[in-house]
Amino acid sequence: MKKLMLIGLLVLFVTAVYSQDKKNTGQKLPSVEVRTLEGTMFNTAEISNDGKPVIICFWATWCKPCIKEHDAINDVYEDWVDETGVKLYSVSIDNSRSSSRVQPFVNGKGWEFDFLLDINGDFKRAMGVNVPPHTFILNGNNEIVWQHVGYLDGDEDEYIEIVEKLINGGDIK
Amino acid sequence: MKHKIFSPGLLLALSFLPLLSFSQSFLEGSQVTGNTQIDAQIYSEDSKLGITDSTLNYKKFGMNGFTNVRYTNGNFSAYMRVEGFLNPMIGYDNRYEGIGVPYWNVNYKIGNLEMTAGHFYEQFGSGLILRGWEEWTLGYDNNIYGFNAKYSPAKGVLIKGLVGVQRYFWEPYTPGSRGIIKGIDGDFYLNDMFGGMNDAKTKITLGGSFVSKYEKVPTMGFSRDSAYTVISGSDTSNWVRKTTYQYNLPHNVGSWAARMNLSNGGFSFYGEYAEKGNDPNATNNYIYLKGQALYSTVSYSRKGLGIFLSTKWINNMSYKSKLTESGNPPMLDINYLPAITKVHQYSFAAMYPYATQPNGEFGLQGEVIYTIPKKSKLGGKYGTTITVNYSMANSIKKEAISPEIPIDSTGTIGYKSNFFSLGDIPFYRDLSVKLEHKFNKTFKAKAVYYNQTYNKHVIEDEIYDKSELVYAHIGVLDMTYKFTRKKSLRVEMQGLWTKEDKGNWAAMTLEYNVAPKWSFAVMDEWNYGNENSNMKVHYYNVAIGYTEKTTRIAVRYGRQREGLLCVGGVCRYVPNSTGLTITLTSSF
Repeated sequence: MKKLMLIGLLVLFVTAVYSQDKKNTGQKLPSVEVRTLEGTMFNTAEISNDGKPVIICFWATWCKPCIKEHDAINDVYEDWVDETGVKLYSVSIDNSRSSSRVQPFVNGKGWEFDFLLDINGDFKRAMGVNVPPHTFILNGNNEIVWQHVGYLDGDEDEYIEIVEKLINGGDIK
Repeated sequence: MKHKIFSPGLLLALSFLPLLSFSQSFLEGSQVTGNTQIDAQIYSEDSKLGITDSTLNYKKFGMNGFTNVRYTNGNFSAYMRVEGFLNPMIGYDNRYEGIGVPYWNVNYKIGNLEMTAGHFYEQFGSGLILRGWEEWTLGYDNNIYGFNAKYSPAKGVLIKGLVGVQRYFWEPYTPGSRGIIKGIDGDFYLNDMFGGMNDAKTKITLGGSFVSKYEKVPTMGFSRDSAYTVISGSDTSNWVRKTTYQYNLPHNVGSWAARMNLSNGGFSFYGEYAEKGNDPNATNNYIYLKGQALYSTVSYSRKGLGIFLSTKWINNMSYKSKLTESGNPPMLDINYLPAITKVHQYSFAAMYPYATQPNGEFGLQGEVIYTIPKKSKLGGKYGTTITVNYSMANSIKKEAISPEIPIDSTGTIGYKSNFFSLGDIPFYRDLSVKLEHKFNKTFKAKAVYYNQTYNKHVIEDEIYDKSELVYAHIGVLDMTYKFTRKKSLRVEMQGLWTKEDKGNWAAMTLEYNVAPKWSFAVMDEWNYGNENSNMKVHYYNVAIGYTEKTTRIAVRYGRQREGLLCVGGVCRYVPNSTGLTITLTSSF
């Protein structure tokens, strides 16, 4: 019974992969319940930016390169918003051990992004994130068009280049 | 297993086929995403560390890998994970050896109802009575196999219910092999529920949960010795009477928890209290005591300042779906008891980590983060961030139930403990001060000092005394210099000073990065202070990483230092090893 079920699932996956190739649009964001810093529920399908690109960064308070990435973006974020109207959602995957540290941490750091808490990793799993930092860029139709794993100093320049291309209608592939 | 003609799985599989063949519209919205990680290690002999082919059990190659695939179409989704451990890498339990699909599910949403069938992860509140989760680096997975429903009957209300059994390595569930878990949870966001509170500045969420485990309990007994003396005439003889008793093991063990979340602007409070019924098990030495736990955090923050205080008190809270299960890796945990000590990022700061003691602990953590504003005299052009953190964990106070019965005696109630009592055995202390400053566009630096106390007996050997405390001072200097927009060099220096355990350590890392693709590193950790001159070992490593969008390949050659690797208070012991490690991660 289990085997048949798995075969069924596999057929589904394979067929879907082939059918997907026909279109070259990005993937829609999954709809998963996460929390805001105030503790209220928030559905990830509601992530949007009035038709402008969105950056989603997965991170955790215990992840060194993630903090580096956030610091680096925070230094230039005001300019990014002024020039492109981009909006950054910062998704913390801290579990209940450290999730309550997130709010004082981000405020203490002076970061000014939109923060979400993915306490049991549901959004992380739905987005196929292995390890943070993992960064996604969404086009104005809320489709995932670009993603990147890890952070090295200077990576943030590539993020904004992609956003600029999206706004100017350039090819990002 | 009996073969039924109309098994649910068959029906489900069949029902997909016509959909796939005929319904073009079904396919149009299809999306497939997923990710893969493969870690492979080739081990070498290393006389310095005492590693030979026979200590490796002739397993010269280890590989842990997984692939997740997620299919979505509108309100329907399906998920599966293939895992393989061929052989498990050093430090992972051998019972993981094999390949298979330990996790798959189908999920759909209709209006306010969401149903999942198959394997899933769920968490009630902070997890004190239920949390399913996985952590790949630990080899930890306690996913639940069954049914999970989430329903929102009104705005601001979310009810969750589940029934299932938990993963145990590759062992399929058979009746009696482990318990069945049932749980229900409610979350009530008052501001959404009551119109009048919509615009209130104070946001309140209340929640509560109930979890029960049914287990077909084994018949188990224990014996107790009592001494007596027989005097006959002038002869005195001492005798010991051995009496055998049966444990009175409950088939059902229930637990409940209540929680509250309150926030007002920069102020936030979270508190959760939980209780568990009488649950003799291998972790608590089969005592009949009830369990209790309290977890709370308070924080205040505004731009540039964050303050945080967290406390925890737990007493006899190990809760597993099989009462005889214990040991490492921890399996079949129903609940999650977070360690509230800080998770450290630098290797020496993490050399003496803390692991939650489910039989009883008091914990506290406080942190202040302050950023001296940009363009001020002290802050410089970019500001300076200061972080001070203190965390501690202690035993709780346990009193004997009567003078004749020692504390923790099996088959009794074990001990008495007043709520929120503090015992006198220190488990862990950690003070850290961190300074971060960006000097100019090309140079930034971090300096950190840690002062730690580590109770080796308690954390590594479960011996509850204070005869093996390790006191360590640790210093870290981490500097990054940017040559150009894409090229940077990171230099990290660490020192650890202690008179106990293995003595002093020094380490240095050089990392040259070419964004966004290349990274090269050399590092060395040197145990120069080891009392045994043969063990003054250099743990050297060279590494290269290459990233192409979502694919990353890292190759590392060198020595892996033995130690505890901990995530979320759950730890895995990693032995010494030498060799080549290849890691491939990718998402699609």
